[in-house]
Amino acid sequence: MNILECIINNKAIEVLANPGIVVLDFLRQHEHLMGTKEGCREGDCGACTILVGELHGNEVIYKSVNSCLMPLGDAHGKHIVTIEGINQPKELNPIQHAFVEDGGTQCGFCTPGFIMSLTGYCLNNKQLKSSEAIHSVDGNICRCTGHPPIKKAIHHIVDGLKKFPKTNGTPLTHLIEQNILPEYFLSIPKRLEAINIAPLVDVHIEEEHMTVVSGGTDLYVQKAFSMHAERTKRISSWQKHVPITEDETLIHLPGTTTVEEFRLSPVIAKYFPELKTQFELFGSTPIRNRATVAGNIVNASPIGDMTCLLIALNASLRLRDGGSQRTIPLRQFYKGYKQIDKKKSELIESISFPLPKPNSRLSYEKVSRRKYLDIASVNTTMAFELNNDRIVNCGISAGGVGPTPLFLAKTSEYLNGKILNGKYFEDALEIAQTEISPISDARGSAEYKRLLLRQLMVTHCMKYFPGIVRKESLV
Amino acid sequence: MKNFDSEKHVRGESQFVDDLLVPEGTLYAHVYYSRVAHGKILSINLSAAETMTGVTAIFTSKDIPGANQIGGIVPDEPLLAEQYVHFNGQPIAVVVADSAFHARSATEKIVVEIEKLPVITDPREAFSKNELLVPPMTIELGDINATWSKCDIVVEGIAETGGQEHLYLETQGAFAVPVEGGAVKVVSSTQGPTAVQRTISKVLNIPMNKIEVDVLRLGGGFGGKEDQATPWAVMCALAATKLRRPVKMILHRQDDMRMTGKRHPYSSDFKIGLKSDGTILAYEVTFYQNGGAAADLSPAVLQRTMFHCTNSYFIPNVKAIGYSCRTNLPPNTAFRGFGGPQGKFVIEAAIFKAAEAMNVEPSFIQKKNLLKNGDEFPYGQIAERCQAIPCWNSLEQKISIGNVKKKVDDFNSANEWKKKGFALMPICFGISFTNTMMNQASALVHIYTDGSVGISTAAIEMGQGVNMKIHAIAQKIFSINTERIKLESTNTTRVANTSPTAASSGADLNGMATQLACNVLLERLIKFAAEQLHQYDPTKISISDEKIFNDGKETEWTWTKLISAANAARISLTSHHFYSTPKIYFNRESSKGHPFAYHVFGTALIEVTLDCLRGTYEIDAVNIVHDVGKSLQPAIDLSQAEGAIMQGIGWMTVEEIIYNNEGRLITDALSTYKVPDVHFAPKEMNISFLENSENPFAPFNSKAIGEPPFMYGIGAYFALLNAIKAFRPNTTYSAIAPMTPERALSLLYKEVGTLAPAL
Repeated sequence: MNILECIINNKAIEVLANPGIVVLDFLRQHEHLMGTKEGCREGDCGACTILVGELHGNEVIYKSVNSCLMPLGDAHGKHIVTIEGINQPKELNPIQHAFVEDGGTQCGFCTPGFIMSLTGYCLNNKQLKSSEAIHSVDGNICRCTGHPPIKKAIHHIVDGLKKFPKTNGTPLTHLIEQNILPEYFLSIPKRLEAINIAPLVDVHIEEEHMTVVSGGTDLYVQKAFSMHAERTKRISSWQKHVPITEDETLIHLPGTTTVEEFRLSPVIAKYFPELKTQFELFGSTPIRNRATVAGNIVNASPIGDMTCLLIALNASLRLRDGGSQRTIPLRQFYKGYKQIDKKKSELIESISFPLPKPNSRLSYEKVSRRKYLDIASVNTTMAFELNNDRIVNCGISAGGVGPTPLFLAKTSEYLNGKILNGKYFEDALEIAQTEISPISDARGSAEYKRLLLRQLMVTHCMKYFPGIVRKESLV
Repeated sequence: MKNFDSEKHVRGESQFVDDLLVPEGTLYAHVYYSRVAHGKILSINLSAAETMTGVTAIFTSKDIPGANQIGGIVPDEPLLAEQYVHFNGQPIAVVVADSAFHARSATEKIVVEIEKLPVITDPREAFSKNELLVPPMTIELGDINATWSKCDIVVEGIAETGGQEHLYLETQGAFAVPVEGGAVKVVSSTQGPTAVQRTISKVLNIPMNKIEVDVLRLGGGFGGKEDQATPWAVMCALAATKLRRPVKMILHRQDDMRMTGKRHPYSSDFKIGLKSDGTILAYEVTFYQNGGAAADLSPAVLQRTMFHCTNSYFIPNVKAIGYSCRTNLPPNTAFRGFGGPQGKFVIEAAIFKAAEAMNVEPSFIQKKNLLKNGDEFPYGQIAERCQAIPCWNSLEQKISIGNVKKKVDDFNSANEWKKKGFALMPICFGISFTNTMMNQASALVHIYTDGSVGISTAAIEMGQGVNMKIHAIAQKIFSINTERIKLESTNTTRVANTSPTAASSGADLNGMATQLACNVLLERLIKFAAEQLHQYDPTKISISDEKIFNDGKETEWTWTKLISAANAARISLTSHHFYSTPKIYFNRESSKGHPFAYHVFGTALIEVTLDCLRGTYEIDAVNIVHDVGKSLQPAIDLSQAEGAIMQGIGWMTVEEIIYNNEGRLITDALSTYKVPDVHFAPKEMNISFLENSENPFAPFNSKAIGEPPFMYGIGAYFALLNAIKAFRPNTTYSAIAPMTPERALSLLYKEVGTLAPAL
């Protein structure tokens, strides 16, 4: 039990509570805020979406979050906003109004989650765009409408907000002027400042039986009903904000970088502009707001999206164990299904990979049953450099086709030094098939995953070497 | 018109079962279910669980005071397993504790020893072992055997459709409060409150008048809460009456997915015969329905499959045979369309194959054979007010099929690795419960002395807007401010002996009953007003916009004055009325009759783009002309149609239920069972309602909307098949749905597309 201090909507909270329970349960059972719904308890439906505001300087930054996956302990010092916290006393706000007018709500169970996601979008963006606003509800599922009326409503919301002249204020003041948020939001920064946030203790893990929680977006799925009985150590990044940096040879990511921070990082955008769009396929907006790079790595899922990318980029991990530290290539980190080369007491402090050169090329591919908010059937990344048409430093990774995220060492080695032609590439496809051992599961049969990896490698090839692969050789 | 429900939804103020504040002393229940799909229970050991923190009691079949029986049509399903388990997910015990967490934790300490028995998951295997839930069904028209020789083309094949998870966002749940005298009040997330009441009565062995079931709204139902909301309510009632404490049970998503049945998977054989001009002469089909471990609603679902086996086409010679096969899966149940989609998929597959054999577009055959007035359905009803051709023609006026084909062909010749495809999908769907006795409803209307109106019916609001439709009917009749009218919860004490809200008929049946009840009140009030205004001809009195008119002139009487005066004059301000659909009947012996009050028609054109490198796809456009009669609430009907289509497309594409050979559900979470999301919705969706469509069998010439548009989704499957063939014309296939990216890729690159997951 810890003392928890936070603000929920317009109410200051100070309570002795188990920091391991999820925010959703606290809101519903303790605060009786029933507008936040439980639909799946695994971050896959969005009915429990809330906004979590955190003080940055004298401004509060809000992010949409799945309250079913957020440990209550992480709410300390934050502003938790539920649907009840944005309701105007009588009238509907323009977002709510559009949902009613366009038939964007039928049974109503998922609706508060959609409203919260869109409110989060409006709070974080000065220039609103319908296409981006639609992405902000990528973590919300509506079974009744099938979403066409929701898309209509979103268009109307964005068009409506654009009509009003912008003041010089922040999105927050703008939204208050438009009656989308109540005025009390203006008082939040000062009120959060008054809450004492203990500095993050050293990340050393002092106890053997302690579960380390980073974003929690996978741990709380796997252990939905036992996490609150476990002793946890939370290392959520939100209070640290160490940015992604580059030096002359490497790009460095703090382990607690969230996937969304990675996706929107200027450093990443400079070298891999296409990743911003491609990583929209990683989870959903609220998942990416919490999930961390180190979490994705230690989770050791054979189909981790971040690991797939970082293996191809030949990333290294810096592990810290109290005062000591060591560095290990990610390609050597996985020892078997969910087996990693890490002591319980070690934490991934940072990840680094070689700074891309002008002749560096990258192709990332992921196919899942549903394009967004789904786990890959197969994912793969191909990274290489082109020296006078010759492939060098080739790194190909593949996920979903073995017990761990795979580095296709033989295939990569075979392609190194080659000026690619159809025959070499067909050889590479065959070598790749000898390096994988997919199994049949909910994400597809073993045969499918073999076929799919071949196809995705063909796709890598076609991006940089069009014309080399001919349809007749595949069909 | 203001949508009162929607306004509460967007503020998060609408209450669902789990949102009700519970009384002090409430206990929480959790179900222990079998992890074995078929077996003999050797022992149940509760001792470790009983001593867990917070546990109050654990109930098994031994604790049931009445009959351990919840089967709706056939008494073949226990509430809690006794000697045998028949599916993985079958409830065995109910743990009751002081918190949901304690109940769940204790459940994990229950030890049940089960001797495994052979498991059947495939309906054809069940059929071959004579494992049928009910006797086979046959429907026949004309003489197929005498016709095959007259056909120029005869095509045979297999068609299969998969299951579908309802995925109502609100999981199953109930809350029971004991009441004095051994009675119980139950709040349930059910589409069928009377089924809940009747089953509690049977299981608890108490009369129905001691059981009050109340339903405010559902967070989605789609058929999944027609019969299968019952067990949880019964378990809560059992625990509440035994323990004399309120008991709540809300299923966790994974438990819900594992324990409840889904849309029935079907495997079917078809044979179709045509003349060279495209006229279909004969159609033979055999349906193997995967019913699961108990009958549930399977016989009724199968019957509707048979009724809709010729979709929107007239075929003079038809023979359909249906087998409801018993397998070791959770009993499959009602799901939007209720067997209709499964029947329609097969005839569409047959037409697609026949078109290939004849080297014509499927739409050529579809259009050629559309139903006309006077055509006979295989079940004997004659098509009346038939809108099949008007819908098709109206769509063609909006969009030229030739232009779409040219656009698709041009794209396909210009793109090697991406292909477009399209398909048309006409629908015809019969409205009425196929079980004639269920076509009844009643409404209770109170006008209170302040002029406000409370309406109770049998209809359950689950997002489909039935409350707003009934609201509109009452408002139209009384001509008063909409704010005066309130739809009450559905409650078995106020409106008894209800049919479930299902079969798209909720607004029709309950709307008609409301219309009748309101008309009685209106007549009474008009008569009274006439007396007060000394008008000898009551037909000259009218109410308009809260004011009373005499011979067309406004009087000083208002609605509130009239009500207050009527009450003072001791005139009853309450009316209860009953409605039963006229004309309908069905003879089960001859399989002939007039089972439907009317039919709903429409036509869709669906266009898709297939990424032939990756096997992934997008739905580009959906254009529809749909026959909704004269819509009571166009905004609601439009949104219903859009949602139904997306659910239908989901069923045909990304939604895949996978059980392994041991009958364990593999896709038991939202992380593995994927439904359409915001990005999956088509870039373009245009739905027009057919003009000039009349329907005397529903309120104010409206038509039912809930289920029919679901079946447009079938077009997405054939549009994808069309695109696949553009990439690989010689691909060989059987029409097996869903067309997941996996199946699409296997058809693009392999000879045989049967990558059945071996799990």
